[in-house]
Amino acid sequence: MSAVNMDMRLYASRKLRNSVMMTLCVAAAGIGLMWLALILGTLLFEGVTGVELKVFTEMTPPPGDSGGLLNAIVGSLFMTVLGTLMGTPIGILAGTYMAEYGRNSKLTTFVRFINDILLSAPSIVIGLFVYTILVAPHIEFAIPMPGNLFGGAINVELGGHFSGLAGAVALAIIVIPVVVRTTEDMLNLVPVHLREAASALGMPRSLVIRHVAYRAARAGIITGVLLAVARISGETAPLLFTALNNQFWSLELNHPLANLPVVIFQYAMSPYEEWQRLAWVGALLITSAVLMLSIFARTLGTQRSKNG
Amino acid sequence: MDRIKMESADSVPGRDERPKLPTMKAELMVRDTSGDDSTAQDLHEKMTLRNLNFFYGNSQALFNLNLPLYDRRVTAFIGPSGCGKSTMLRVLNRMYDLYPGQRAEGEVTLEGESILRQGLDLNLLRSRVGMVFQKPTPFPMSIYDNIAFGIKLYEKLPKSEIDARVEDCLRKSALWDEVKDKLHANGMSLSGGQQQRLCIARTVAIRPEVILLDEPCSALDPISTAAIEDLLLELRKDYMIVIVTHNMQQAARVSDYTAFMVLGKLIEFGETQQVFTRPGQKQTEEYVTGRFG
Repeated sequence: MSAVNMDMRLYASRKLRNSVMMTLCVAAAGIGLMWLALILGTLLFEGVTGVELKVFTEMTPPPGDSGGLLNAIVGSLFMTVLGTLMGTPIGILAGTYMAEYGRNSKLTTFVRFINDILLSAPSIVIGLFVYTILVAPHIEFAIPMPGNLFGGAINVELGGHFSGLAGAVALAIIVIPVVVRTTEDMLNLVPVHLREAASALGMPRSLVIRHVAYRAARAGIITGVLLAVARISGETAPLLFTALNNQFWSLELNHPLANLPVVIFQYAMSPYEEWQRLAWVGALLITSAVLMLSIFARTLGTQRSKNG
Repeated sequence: MDRIKMESADSVPGRDERPKLPTMKAELMVRDTSGDDSTAQDLHEKMTLRNLNFFYGNSQALFNLNLPLYDRRVTAFIGPSGCGKSTMLRVLNRMYDLYPGQRAEGEVTLEGESILRQGLDLNLLRSRVGMVFQKPTPFPMSIYDNIAFGIKLYEKLPKSEIDARVEDCLRKSALWDEVKDKLHANGMSLSGGQQQRLCIARTVAIRPEVILLDEPCSALDPISTAAIEDLLLELRKDYMIVIVTHNMQQAARVSDYTAFMVLGKLIEFGETQQVFTRPGQKQTEEYVTGRFG
């Protein structure tokens, strides 16, 4: 059949090597996926029976009693939103500087290096850091106000105890490097000729960035923020040192705030069956929320690459 | 029917009579400007290049360019790749200023005023000297906003006037009929040729005095190319146009003046008809007839 004098032995051995490698690759992928499937399966199996209305309407119970996770769910949402609101603007502005203004500057190389370290920093270290600046010391100061507004001054009292604010700050510190990285990457992907075309119309630099570069990179930047939200919504270590936990309903930033990860941590290790059940439910809730966020972020990302 | 038959009958002997030489002089259709409405009297030198040298860092890309650019005329720049055509174009609106390490020396004037001097308002210069790029570059916004955005940069107009200006520009760039029903669709959704005409409309919208085109048709099919060439001849009535092109037929078809460059040096500049039919330099003749390039 073959027109050239093919060495059939060489061909056969190549085919054999090919199938061996293929089998190894499929097996490796299977093992990786198996663990994920096992984790999700266990979570569903243990958690889904415990999902009931009570979980969303009642507070975390004292030992031996029954209750829900309302305060922890709301506390987690509250701190995640606050942390994202604090971290995102800083991250986007820093990423914009690095991609637009300081593309070749030494400062950018330096900031990128530090940012990569921060990106992979153990979150417990970030928790400890916020603990030492916002929880351990007691800070008290007054902001003078013009005239008799607020009685002449606002007295601020911070720290000395665990607080929701410290928790949100710790989460914001985790958000920043993720957003810096994606913003810089996405802006760097905006074609140079698009910026040139905008400049050629006589558009000042700031407008080129705001109206052309941001627009072109929008889906990518939003994806980055969503991934950062997904990342912080499951973080436990930084909250252990900062927000700690609160058995009762509270939205006060200057006091310990209930949150799902720390509740799961405490309840799962407890000897009480009801607490353990609630820990499974909490874990299932967080995992499904993160899963949905990630799927949403990915869809946004693929849409972007299709459009442009 | 008769005419078609007659033409096809004519073409058969015509083809046979062609000389069968190994190198044949390219048949370039130079636009006949003899019956043109514009005569030599209203020739106005709008921009002037004097001893222009250009550097990318330490390497020199342009050497002592001297030439006039006339208002309401199309000037084409031709030459082999890397000869500095695009570099020259990017000097005219100081596009090179976006990149550190690139610099121009010598003198370039627009209406007698130097545009290379320090402290010149570059945004103002670029509003007078518009540019269309090789790759169509619609902004990631609607067709309408692509044009309205530039207008809003310079003028505060009521919406009705902006609408009218958008329509006018789209008509001028021969795009109106194709997009009038989808003005709010994304500019990226248009075809390549339409995108390029949108970019021309966007450039015209801010009412520049000069339009620079950097190989505007190199990514387009022949039909879109023809549409853009027709458009250039139309725009020529109101603007000074400079076009960089790799396509010699295109230069011959659309331009009044042609500049031929090699390796950063201007070899020949003159009326297109003369450059293509009676070039003064041997190098030019070899290039326009396709023997060198």
